[in-house]
Amino acid sequence: MPTLAHYLIVSGLLFALGMAGVLLRRNLLIIFMGLELMLNAANLSLVAFSRFNLGPDGMPNYNAQVFVFFIITVAAAEVAVGLAIIVALYRAKQTTHVDDLNTLKF
Amino acid sequence: MQLVLFWIFSLLMLLSAMGVVFFRNPVSSAMSLVLSFIALAAVFVTLDAFFIAVVQVLVYAGAVMVLFLFIIMLLDLREEKRRRVRLSAWLGGGLVVGGFISALLKVVLSLPALFVTKPAMLYPLVNDIEQVGFNLFRNFNLPFQIIGVLLLVATVGVVLLSKKELK
Repeated sequence: MPTLAHYLIVSGLLFALGMAGVLLRRNLLIIFMGLELMLNAANLSLVAFSRFNLGPDGMPNYNAQVFVFFIITVAAAEVAVGLAIIVALYRAKQTTHVDDLNTLKF
Repeated sequence: MQLVLFWIFSLLMLLSAMGVVFFRNPVSSAMSLVLSFIALAAVFVTLDAFFIAVVQVLVYAGAVMVLFLFIIMLLDLREEKRRRVRLSAWLGGGLVVGGFISALLKVVLSLPALFVTKPAMLYPLVNDIEQVGFNLFRNFNLPFQIIGVLLLVATVGVVLLSKKELK
């Protein structure tokens, strides 16, 4: 049977991969996908803790699952707004590559 | 059996997440991300979180990824041109990620309390949609309504952002 440590390590590796996507890639859309991976890693560890800490009634802690539900909702709203910003940016600059967006650079 | 399923789906999830980072074509990255989300939903099922697994497939693998693919199509992104790789950026990023992974392993492996198997549920056939819904509308009613306002604000913001010119 997988232990809690298995789930936490897998969730941490998923977070690290999302972070690598944000830090190493230069395409705005891929950076956005990395953010989604990091949010999902947090969801996985929340659900794992909820299942492994049963309450006194012998049921998982459903507060964590409600929290995950909220995270998914906020992430969906964030994706909609972020992609609209990327489209507006593309309309102004014809690029989604962060190295080409250096107007504010000193 | 559960351990085998756990490893199959978590390795699938991690490998396709690696694909998101390393594919050069944005469409391949997006497809890889869909696979990663579906594998994550399967991992949720091994944790008896059926409702969250269904929502994961519907919202992430369905709505969010369709939005991503639609925007990739709209922007007509090609495969990225090979640019000069800046060694310092890759070194810095690799250092941060490697430091995070090693800190995580050190903390998790040093806590024996985390090496517990899943405790058996008292009622294994409990209806988790009912439980989550009860909790959502009873204990978290105010945050639920705030989320509704947030979605409204996001919708209005997207409509405003996608206008041709802002007045």
